[in-house]
Amino acid sequence: MIVQAVLFYIFAAVAVASGAMVVASRNPVHSVLFLIVTFFNAAALFVLIGAEFLAMTLIIVYVGAVAVLFLFVVMMLNIDFLQLRSGFVRYLPVGAAIGVVLLAELIFLVFGWFGAPGGQRAAMASATGGLSLSNTRALGGILYTRYLFAFQAAGLILLVAMIGAIVLTLRQRADVRRQSISAQLARTRTETVEVVKVPLGSGSS
Amino acid sequence: MLIGLAHYLTVAAILFTLGIFGIFLNRKNVIIMLMSIELMLLAVTINFVAFSVFLNNLIGQAFAMFVLTVAAAEAAIGLAILVVYFRNRGTIRVEDINMMKG
Repeated sequence: MIVQAVLFYIFAAVAVASGAMVVASRNPVHSVLFLIVTFFNAAALFVLIGAEFLAMTLIIVYVGAVAVLFLFVVMMLNIDFLQLRSGFVRYLPVGAAIGVVLLAELIFLVFGWFGAPGGQRAAMASATGGLSLSNTRALGGILYTRYLFAFQAAGLILLVAMIGAIVLTLRQRADVRRQSISAQLARTRTETVEVVKVPLGSGSS
Repeated sequence: MLIGLAHYLTVAAILFTLGIFGIFLNRKNVIIMLMSIELMLLAVTINFVAFSVFLNNLIGQAFAMFVLTVAAAEAAIGLAILVVYFRNRGTIRVEDINMMKG
């Protein structure tokens, strides 16, 4: 139990620190890399708590897809990032005030919930039940039965996102010569070959 | 030293606040703002999973998967819009995005 607590504190501290670095980092590439560190540590927290399937999904989806997408875009766009950061100090007081207020509210909420009579006891009492199935199997059991339509809708969302991204970024460039195989195959002899009678001594033009 | 629900909720709250913070601090950089939104969605996911485990109810984890789906779709569409915008205007400064203003 003590090992679990120590691991929790390590992973949580690294996650929070790298989350702060995502916001504060000067270079957006570093921000993306710190985002990856945050996701990895969140996945470790999920493993600690017993949600293995979601931890692996988090790594695959976030690190494998989303973070790489961010890295791609950051490196593709040629932007002067130092100029983009020029208002950092000016926005610091407002941002800090809003952040502190929000954090205080969230902490009040958490401790208010636990301070309520029976709050923590009820939570702890039901947590001791424990599942005999593995996490992945139990999740599949609930996802493919009760939430089948929501699952299908999630797939539909991904499909729409994919098609939308392709439609948005695809462009036909007029200045690039591409090979059109169908046009090449559709040519006939009459429209490509011409027999010219060349007059003697003058050549053909 | 028992790690309980409150510990996980605190971590999620701090991450969510960092996300809000990032949106307010990097008012000019859309990419960092999108990353901050990802941070906030991660915090929500941590909340879902923590409640799911400590209340012994798997529905929270099922919904965490849906949150993950929506986050991935949102990142893809947002970055695609960003790329198209940069291609058309040559900048992604938030202050310059005012073509719809009358």
